[in-house]
Amino acid sequence: MSTIGSVAAAVFRESVRDRVFYNLVLFGLLLVGASILIGQLTAGQDVKIIKDLGLTATSLFGLFIAIFVGINLVSKEVERRSVYALFAKPVTRSQFIAGKYVGLLLTLLVNVAVMTVALYSVLFFLARGVPAPIQSAWDAPAMDPALLKAVLLIFVDLAVVTAVALFFSTYSSPMLSAIFTLGVYLVGQFNADLKRFDAIVDSPAAIAVAKACYYVMPDFSRFDVKLAVVHGIPVSGAFVAATAAYAAVYIAALLFGAMVIFARRDFK
Amino acid sequence: MTSLVAGRAGPAAAAAVCLAAAVALHVAIDRWPPPAIDTPGLLYVRSPEVARRAALSYDGVAADVYWIRALQHFGTERLAPPSHVKDYSLLYPLLDLTTTLDPYFSIAYRFGAIFLGEPYPGGPGRPDLAIALLKKGLAAQPARWQYMQDLGFVYYWHLRDFRSAAQAFQRASEMPNAPNWMRPLAAVTLAEGGHRNASRALWVELAKSEEPWLRNSAVQRLTQLDAMDIMEAWKRARDQGLNPPIPDDPSGTPFVFDPATGGIIISPASKLFPLPGQLQAPR
Repeated sequence: MSTIGSVAAAVFRESVRDRVFYNLVLFGLLLVGASILIGQLTAGQDVKIIKDLGLTATSLFGLFIAIFVGINLVSKEVERRSVYALFAKPVTRSQFIAGKYVGLLLTLLVNVAVMTVALYSVLFFLARGVPAPIQSAWDAPAMDPALLKAVLLIFVDLAVVTAVALFFSTYSSPMLSAIFTLGVYLVGQFNADLKRFDAIVDSPAAIAVAKACYYVMPDFSRFDVKLAVVHGIPVSGAFVAATAAYAAVYIAALLFGAMVIFARRDFK
Repeated sequence: MTSLVAGRAGPAAAAAVCLAAAVALHVAIDRWPPPAIDTPGLLYVRSPEVARRAALSYDGVAADVYWIRALQHFGTERLAPPSHVKDYSLLYPLLDLTTTLDPYFSIAYRFGAIFLGEPYPGGPGRPDLAIALLKKGLAAQPARWQYMQDLGFVYYWHLRDFRSAAQAFQRASEMPNAPNWMRPLAAVTLAEGGHRNASRALWVELAKSEEPWLRNSAVQRLTQLDAMDIMEAWKRARDQGLNPPIPDDPSGTPFVFDPATGGIIISPASKLFPLPGQLQAPR
């Protein structure tokens, strides 16, 4: 366990060294700038739009980090040949994969946490001074704790994307890994269509293949509750827990798959 | 140039000089503004379904972008100089895209319906599309009494269909959390077939809105109703054989005598022009 922790800490330190957290400055500027501009551009709805923008930016920035850092996690070590020195130490390949994953997840967690604090801060300042009768007309309060459910599922979504990127990173080049990961992410967004394939196709074989793909591919649309939370539509704790459990199992499958592939790789 | 670029500060100084030159040139070319071209608005994605899919899981923020575009389109056309032929043709597609991307965007339904119903040239004069938008909102959120109230408002104010308006107010009053003044409003509308008092009640409610532009619009409408009262009183006096002088409307512009009806009408020069039903919007 301590070995995994050491690898994870090294990944986290490297992401700090690579200035990954510079995106937080951009995020902060985007939110503050938007909160000033939105009021001039729209008729009301400032709070709704800031929530939309904040959650979208949290998700998008995290997605870029998950993909573009994730695809390099293993391949960079192999290219630099630092993997040889690493495996000369008491580190198994499985520990290496798990440590890399946990390290990037930690980076994403810090990123998402800081962005959430920034979003709540901007919402606090935006709502300050707005009379109570006007606030009562909003779909959801500015400092709505339910936003955290959307943030949690964004983090879960990013955790799955990271696992996909790491999986591809174990056996292909960074460029191909990026393409594959983006492809899986896009297919996962439209996954629900595969379930309804029988509505447009008559072939039982095609329907069976589509259904199989539906269950095998990660369903990224499940992690999106941004719209519901922004409009104050209840998102049950059971739904969040079930979705997080689904993600955890899927991540485990990808990590075990990555470990199997990486264990068979010949570095000679 | 060689000596400028040489040394450590050289490139930075060269960049600063070039930037200053660009700013100076920009100031200079602003003296010759480009020829004014009245370009039509353009909407690349017209299919709401395509937009919804292309937005992936970022449909909320995409809806916000289309909503801001709808507001800018409406405002730009409405406030355009008289030489510009006002064209609101993108307004409904933009609102349709907004509400497909975010079916719970209540302000887009409510304000959108007001924009669509506004008579030309202040708006597209399309109460039919305002009704379509509100019905779409009701399909997404059937318990929203505000959409039903707005529907009744469009029937009442723009279409002068008092029976449909009263039905809508009645249905709104039966919805959860509907205010208690909704039921009398339905009754008044139905009983009096368009009495101005019912209209006043509606606009007085809207005048309490949090949005300044909606409050201003409501005040304008209430003033128009006052003008209609004056016109009616003047006609009544004239029909009784009196010869009253032509008065000023509440905005201070004199009314105009209308030989066709023997009454007075609002002047096209008045801030209150057009009164409801005074202008037909182009389709």
